[in-house]
Amino acid sequence: MLTIERALVDKIVAHARADHPDEACGVIAGAAGSDRPTRYVAMMNAERSPTFYRFDSLEQLKVWREMDDRDEEPVVIYHSHTATEAYPSRTDISYASEPNAHYVLVSTRDPEEIEFRSYRIVDGTVTEEEVKIVDGYA
Amino acid sequence: MAIEVRIPTILRTLTDGAKSVEGKGGSLDELFADLDVRHPGLRARLVDDKGLRKFVNVYLNDEDVRFLSGLETEVSDGDNVTILPAVAGG
Repeated sequence: MLTIERALVDKIVAHARADHPDEACGVIAGAAGSDRPTRYVAMMNAERSPTFYRFDSLEQLKVWREMDDRDEEPVVIYHSHTATEAYPSRTDISYASEPNAHYVLVSTRDPEEIEFRSYRIVDGTVTEEEVKIVDGYA
Repeated sequence: MAIEVRIPTILRTLTDGAKSVEGKGGSLDELFADLDVRHPGLRARLVDDKGLRKFVNVYLNDEDVRFLSGLETEVSDGDNVTILPAVAGG
């Protein structure tokens, strides 16, 4: 299960809406081992594409170093789908490389409604999980 | 002195959990071959028959080696190499 603060969900959704029709992507860092996403980092989509995303490699190095220095890890890795459902695509599955991360997918295909779903992707296997949105962490 | 190589979480099964390992070589290609002696299987996760794998980022100090000379990039003692899986998808 992913437990996440409403304010962070709102940031992800706002980013996805702002970059539509291109895919938006980013991470939410949290203390290593805590499984608690706390620090929101929007990333550039180096592909600037409606069907693909890739973190800019130099920006990724900078952000991953920051996390290392703060003893954090990427608790959430999110991206948007802009014309299809919020379910991992074949490429999402084959490139998933953070076994501890919650992979969040947002779909912006409907301008009124947002789909916000979370998955574990380990060794090519996708498992959807419950998302619990809270006002604040206890 | 040696070259320090930082290993991402997903590859630490090949380094007994170590976050960084040391190796030697005059180029990135030689360095990866050297690492593979002590950490068998590591090279194959980084390189295929066409060169550096497309969804692996390798940095020499602060530079993406794709903007240098890829696997032919020269390395020397005291350098830091960082490996990160690209975060990408569709």
